Amino acid sequence: MNVHVFGDVTVVTPSGRIDHNSAEKLHEMLLPVIRTQIGERRVVVLDMADIPYMSSAGLRVLMLASREAKKEGGRVVIAALQSDMQEIFEISRFNMVFDTFDSVRTAIASISPNSLAAFESG
Amino acid sequence: MKVRFWGTRGSLPVSGGDRQIRKRLKETLKIASGKHFVDEQAIETFIDEQLPFPVRHGYGGNTSCVEIIGDDGRSVICDMGSGLRELGQAVLAHHGAGNSREYDFVMSHVHWDHIMGFPFFTPAYIPGNRIRVHGCHDIVETALRRQQSEPCFPVDFSQLSSEISFHRLQPGEPAEIAGMTVLPILQPHHGDSFGYRFEQNGKTVVYSTDAEHRLEDKRQIDAFVEFFRDADVVIFDAMYSLADMISVREDWGHSSNLIGVDLCHLAGVRHYCMFHHEPAYDDATIHRVLSETIRYEEISREGGQPLKVSSAYDGLIIEV
Repeated sequence: MNVHVFGDVTVVTPSGRIDHNSAEKLHEMLLPVIRTQIGERRVVVLDMADIPYMSSAGLRVLMLASREAKKEGGRVVIAALQSDMQEIFEISRFNMVFDTFDSVRTAIASISPNSLAAFESG
Repeated sequence: MKVRFWGTRGSLPVSGGDRQIRKRLKETLKIASGKHFVDEQAIETFIDEQLPFPVRHGYGGNTSCVEIIGDDGRSVICDMGSGLRELGQAVLAHHGAGNSREYDFVMSHVHWDHIMGFPFFTPAYIPGNRIRVHGCHDIVETALRRQQSEPCFPVDFSQLSSEISFHRLQPGEPAEIAGMTVLPILQPHHGDSFGYRFEQNGKTVVYSTDAEHRLEDKRQIDAFVEFFRDADVVIFDAMYSLADMISVREDWGHSSNLIGVDLCHLAGVRHYCMFHHEPAYDDATIHRVLSETIRYEEISREGGQPLKVSSAYDGLIIEV
């Protein structure tokens, strides 16, 4: 899982198929990152470009991450959902719980335009 | 084996009401526009072949009552929701009120929506009928007596003329009921609920309603996967969307359509039947959830055997 900071936005990029067996690993990796990053910046963008599928167990981890961020006054947003994941978000109604963006760039542009330059310069 | 659904709604019986009737009328008139029907049969054919399921039939509004029918014709009735009234009427119409019969019930739990049909179960009032109520809770008899006493109901339980007996089951211990092997399991729900696995002649049906499957509890999830293992049909509490279930409706005691798919995939189930529908959902919403769940099953299958997905409705019969 990659973590990058662009200005005052943290972008976290998990990868792989997240199902009943791998959800716990995602939980162990993602939640500490959320706690650390939300303490310093208010928003974490979850870049989902490398997640082809997530079961209910994986989606629960996203919900926990969101709760963790909200406890500290921050938030988690979702970017770059693949087509199957877009459908899963709609079917599970997670699209009504999370702000979703087509790409990491559009997420940062919406949340923190000042951080966009840092993102585009890599 | 066969499964017949007499009540499929969760929490509270619902009727379509005037808005639903109007919506259906509008939809029907739109589809029928310009058509000419030569006779009654043409109308019946039009209804069956041209109208979508939510318009021509719908999912019904009775609360939980499911009949598991064995190969020898004997059956076990799961729960006593409002659908039980119609079951009783149907049995009397078919066999006649003068012919004494035996009835076996298994109870998931005694929340109101699962017992409210019993005071309206006519066979309970007829001498000669024998009613056996099986369940894992120790308060099943108390709950039935309480709901049928003053000031809640005009006919006291003690005035029922049939012979009624209560039989305690233990989770994890199989029992023989109406020619079927019945295995109970403890389920997470306020005050506990119990699911039941029915087996007969190599076929398996699982009735698992009013259960909040907590994804964080891997041991519990694994236990249910084993309980569902290789079942022909799993009847599952799919009341909420996943987002609702694990956020605003956490701890409300119910599960989600997606968790049902995931558990059934892990267990190698053949047919997943969604049950205990949210009373706030209209027929179109339940139908949409069904389509979405079928799609989720396709996405999540990953090369495994296809899982048939259906949504229970009052009157549905599944041949196992």
